[in-house]
Amino acid sequence: MTGPFLKPKRKNPLARTTQPLLPPQARSRKAHGLTLAAATGRFMLQCCGECGRYTYPAREACPNCLSSDLTFRDAPTGGSLLSETRIEVTSDPYFREHMPWRTGLVQLDCGPIVIVHLHGGCGGPGSQLKLSLQLDRAGQAVFFAKPVSETPHMEDDPQWREMTADPKHRRVLITDGRSPLALPMAQALKKAGAARIFVGVADRWKPLDQQALLAAIEGVEFVDLDLTSERSVQELAMDIGAKVEILVNTADHVRPAHLFDAGAANAAREAMDHTVMGLMRLAQAFGPVMRSRGADGAAGAVAWVNVLSVHGLSNVPQFGVHSAAHAACLSLSQWLRTELRPGGVRVINTFTGPLDTEWFQTVPPPKVAPKAVADAVLDGLKRGLEDIYVGDVAKDIEARLFDNPKAVEREAGQ
Amino acid sequence: MSGDILGAFAGALASGAVRVVDLTHTLSPDFPVIVMPPELGQSAPFRMERISRYDGGGPAWYWNNLSFGEHTGTHFDAPIHWYTGRDLPLNSVDTLPPADMIAPACVIDCSRQASEDADFLLTVADIVKWEEQHGSIPARSWVLLRTDWSKKSAAAYANLHSDGAHTPGPDAEVMRFLVEERGIIGFGTETIGTDAGQAGHFTPPYPAHHYLHGAGRYGLQCLTNLDRLPPTGAMIVAAPLKIQNGSGSPLRVLALVQERSTR
Repeated sequence: MTGPFLKPKRKNPLARTTQPLLPPQARSRKAHGLTLAAATGRFMLQCCGECGRYTYPAREACPNCLSSDLTFRDAPTGGSLLSETRIEVTSDPYFREHMPWRTGLVQLDCGPIVIVHLHGGCGGPGSQLKLSLQLDRAGQAVFFAKPVSETPHMEDDPQWREMTADPKHRRVLITDGRSPLALPMAQALKKAGAARIFVGVADRWKPLDQQALLAAIEGVEFVDLDLTSERSVQELAMDIGAKVEILVNTADHVRPAHLFDAGAANAAREAMDHTVMGLMRLAQAFGPVMRSRGADGAAGAVAWVNVLSVHGLSNVPQFGVHSAAHAACLSLSQWLRTELRPGGVRVINTFTGPLDTEWFQTVPPPKVAPKAVADAVLDGLKRGLEDIYVGDVAKDIEARLFDNPKAVEREAGQ
Repeated sequence: MSGDILGAFAGALASGAVRVVDLTHTLSPDFPVIVMPPELGQSAPFRMERISRYDGGGPAWYWNNLSFGEHTGTHFDAPIHWYTGRDLPLNSVDTLPPADMIAPACVIDCSRQASEDADFLLTVADIVKWEEQHGSIPARSWVLLRTDWSKKSAAAYANLHSDGAHTPGPDAEVMRFLVEERGIIGFGTETIGTDAGQAGHFTPPYPAHHYLHGAGRYGLQCLTNLDRLPPTGAMIVAAPLKIQNGSGSPLRVLALVQERSTR
């Protein structure tokens, strides 16, 4: 059974900060089919197109009929525990720091037998389990088994917390308090037990519409942060860099401009400055300290969330500048993901369609409510996802890009 | 007057008989800039990014790259800034006649009225009253509107509300009067623009810009230390950057003030 995860004690300033270590990372190229599934919160295994059997581990040909028609498909998540092992001693540097660690051998309902990380609430051999694919601290896919029904403090299981980025007792920075996302994000984080929520505000000399509502949330603290100013970002990192365990970058800058407009270059430069260069400045200021705090106690630095437009994946002409800026942000975030991985800090990209905000006023539904984005981000943090698609437009584009990216490109703006 | 005017001037500077007052705010990233409706083009705020500081980017030297809009911080408006001055000769900062960069100033103290009413408007009646005390405003002189607004900072300085900015400035008639009947060289304020915060609702809209630039005159804004100037007698040195076809520029504005009791 799992006890509640209590607020961690203040750290001893005389003790060295534990340095992050990662679980074993070697995977075959085929096995990254599991990584894709884990990144998006799906449970997929290779399934043979000829004989229809699921197989694991990932391989080139079906072990049953030798067909090479093996594709990753959604699989049933049920299984029963064959045996469990409670590891007390290991030579692996990462797991040594997390002893004891429960693993188990599970007979999947769809056939294969797999080794899983076992939630503390799971019963002994023979018990029914619900499996998921998770990204571990190294960003690699692993099987995780939980009890079928809810147990007390299920989310507080220490092994589960290693696979996720739960905001409970963590301190969060929301980078743009002027974003319509800021208020629902702060509310959702508070509900999830975040210890403190720093809300960055640029140009404090301008009125802030949501000020009173944000200030009413216990734990919210306004901080000066202008992503277009290197100095502003650096100064905030000097103040609170070592206090941010989750960074949620809500910065955006939507300004319609036609590619051939005289002023389009200005619009593009401003958008790039707020989004791409803003992310770059944040990465430079907050990246190193977050990476170094990946194992700083039970609530150390754990996640960096970017809210991106799904049109960054394929340009739409009516928001051409915005699409281009977010394409650049996506590329930068992939780079950041690689740089933060040694610290075990995951970068979560949340792709949304047009939001239900003033800059998408003339766009017909379906649009994404800011609260839906906040809820999706919280779900992603609690489940340890890496890529989240919010709303019908984003989900549709994700599916169509997977199917035929050229069709998405051609049909944009038609 | 002897032939050695500049020699006497140098002596006056050295002795302190002439004092130099800096009318300029520090150019910094967080100084408010003019805000336009967001779908319009915006002035870039002042930004500074380091090239090197005795480090790997340049081991022995410190320097930065700057970026800012022409109308950032304490800045100068050239006639080409407004449509009314677009066809005038010598209307941009690079063609600005150097002689216009040094001119006397009349300082109208409206600090009491501005402290009572953020929307205070300077009127012809205020000018008439001032002239009764200090004499007629000479042609080709600056008129500087002292409001002590420069003593405010951040939100109080910008004073933005849901119906726009509320900051003091001139009404339309006084601008027409100063430009056409007094022939001033320019108009200077302590606020973000030469016009009042609500001047978009005046007739014509933004009358200071409209009349000044339409007649080839200049604007200075975001000035400070106007409370250290006498009502008359100060000389203003305002030399904007020589930007090709530039509509304005941040600049250092200096006032030369003769001490009343010189030894």
